[in-house]
Amino acid sequence: MSGLALVAHQFRYDQKTFWRNPASVFFTVAFPVILLLIFATVFGDETVDVGGGIETTTYYVPAIVTLSVISATMQSLAMSLVIAREDGRLKRGRGTPMPPWVFIVGRVGNSIVVALLMLVLIATLGRVAYGVDVPWEHLPAIVLALVVGAAAFCCLGIALTAAIPSQDAAAPIVNALLLPLYFLSGIFIPDDQLPSGVIHFADAFPIRHFFEAFFGAYVPADGGSAFEWGNLAVVAAWGAVGLLIAVRRFRWTPRSG
Amino acid sequence: MRSLRKRYGGVDAVRGIDLEVRRGEVFAFLGPNGAGKTTTVEILEGYRERDGGEITVLGEDPQRAGGDWRERIGVVLQSCRLDPYLSVRESLELYAGYYRSPRPIDETLELVGLREKADARAGTLSGGQQRRLDVGIALIGDPELLFLDEPTTGFDPSARRHTWETIAGLRDLGKTVFLTTHYMDEAQRLADRVAVIAAGRVVARGTPDGLGDRESLPTTISYRLNGETVSVQTDRPVEALHELTERALKEGLELEGLEATRPDLEEVYLSLTAEGAGTGAGAESSP
Repeated sequence: MSGLALVAHQFRYDQKTFWRNPASVFFTVAFPVILLLIFATVFGDETVDVGGGIETTTYYVPAIVTLSVISATMQSLAMSLVIAREDGRLKRGRGTPMPPWVFIVGRVGNSIVVALLMLVLIATLGRVAYGVDVPWEHLPAIVLALVVGAAAFCCLGIALTAAIPSQDAAAPIVNALLLPLYFLSGIFIPDDQLPSGVIHFADAFPIRHFFEAFFGAYVPADGGSAFEWGNLAVVAAWGAVGLLIAVRRFRWTPRSG
Repeated sequence: MRSLRKRYGGVDAVRGIDLEVRRGEVFAFLGPNGAGKTTTVEILEGYRERDGGEITVLGEDPQRAGGDWRERIGVVLQSCRLDPYLSVRESLELYAGYYRSPRPIDETLELVGLREKADARAGTLSGGQQRRLDVGIALIGDPELLFLDEPTTGFDPSARRHTWETIAGLRDLGKTVFLTTHYMDEAQRLADRVAVIAAGRVVARGTPDGLGDRESLPTTISYRLNGETVSVQTDRPVEALHELTERALKEGLELEGLEATRPDLEEVYLSLTAEGAGTGAGAESSP
C-alpha cells in the first residue's frame, strides 16, 4: 500500500477503536455535551459582559467547543498512546513493515475528525436548544481556528506522553494539567467574573489563546475581524514546541515491565 | 550470529554468544529468567543495538534492516496486549494491511485455531487465545522467520497444549522458528535443536534428546516390593532389567510400578544452568 492508503487503513481501525471504547466516547463526546447542558441550565438567564454583553449560552457554545477540541486531541491522544505504549502495541507495530509516521498520522487524523464532529454537535445543540446563531459567514475563520488548535494540541498531547510513566498515571497527569486551566482560561467561568490577574496567568498557557482565537471566530466583536492572528500564532508556536519535544522524546517501548 | 555482546550499565547481559539457526528448523533458546534470552532475541529482531559481535538475519544486519526485511519476519513479543476493542478478525485485518502480500485471514484463523472466535473482541479472549491471536498476527505477513519470546509463560496446561499445536503446525508450513522458553518440556516438545543459555553464555547445545550428554548418564530402575520402593541406578539397563524380571518370575514376586527412566531432562537442564549461573554474577540484571 502507498503511504496515503496505509494512513487511511490505520485511520479506519483507529475510528473503530475510538467509538467502541466507553471511556473515550464518554469523556470526549458525552462529557462536553453534559457540561453545556449544565452551564446553560444554571446560568442560562444571565448575560456575560463581553463584547458589549452577550447571552451566557452564546458564551458557552464556543467555550465548550474549545474544551471538546482539546479533549479530542491532547487528552485523548496522550491517554490512548500511553495505553498502547504500555500494552506493547506500539513496540509490536515497530516490528512490522509499517513506517512509524503512518501510525502517528492515523491517530492525529482520528483526533482532528473527532474534533470537527464535536464542533458540528455542539454548534447544532447550541442552535437548536438555545438559539445560539451559527455564524456561517465566519466559517473559514472557525475552521482555521479549529484546525490550528487541533493540530497544536495533538502535538502537545504526543509530547506529554514522554512525561507519563504508566497507564495509571495518564488520567491524573492529563487532568491535573487541563482542569485548572479550563477554569482559569474562562472556559468554565466567564471572563467577566475572573480577576484580571487570573487571565494574565492563563495567558502564559495555550488554552487561553486557543479559546480567544476560537471565540473571536465564533462571536466576533462588532466590526472586528474573525481571524485572531495573534492568538493563532501563539497556539501554533506552542504546537511547534510540542512537536519538537514529541520528535525527540516519544518512545515506542513500554516504560514499565 | 557470532560473539554477540550486550552490556547494561556495566553489567554484561549477553557475553559472547555464537548461534546458527538453519532455514526451516524450530530452534529453542532455553534458559532461566534473566539469562539474556529476551535481550538476545530483541537484538535479532532489530529492537536493540548490540555492543559487539556480528549478526546476520535473513542476510541482513537487523540493526540496519528496513521495511523489506520486516516483510520477511514475524515477531511475538514476550508481553503484548492487543487492542481489546477490535475483534479477532479485525485485529488480523489491521496488521494484514501493513504487508505487501499478507496471508488470507480465514486460513490464518484456522491455523491458530481461532475460527470460532473470529468475531469475538480481543479483550474477551483467554490468555492462551490472546497469545494465539498474537501468533496469528505475527504470521499474517507470511514471514519466513518467526520469533516467539516465551510463548506459553503463565499458561495453564490446556492453553499450553493448544499453543504448542499451533507452533508445531508452523514447522509443517516450512517456517523457521526461533523460540525462547524457560520450560525444558516446551523445548523438548517443539524444537529440532536447542541452545541452553545461562548468565549470558551458551552452556549447552544440541538436539533436545542429546542435550548435556544425557545418553551417558545412568538409568534409574524403580519398583515397589512388599510396599517398599526400591530404586537402582545402572549404566546397563537392559542387563539389569533382564536379571530383575527373571528373578521376579522365578520367585513369583509382584514388581509394582516397575519403570526404567533415563535422567530427567529437567534435571539435566537445571544442572547445566546452575553451572552456568555459578560462573557469572549479575545475570539477573538483564531485563
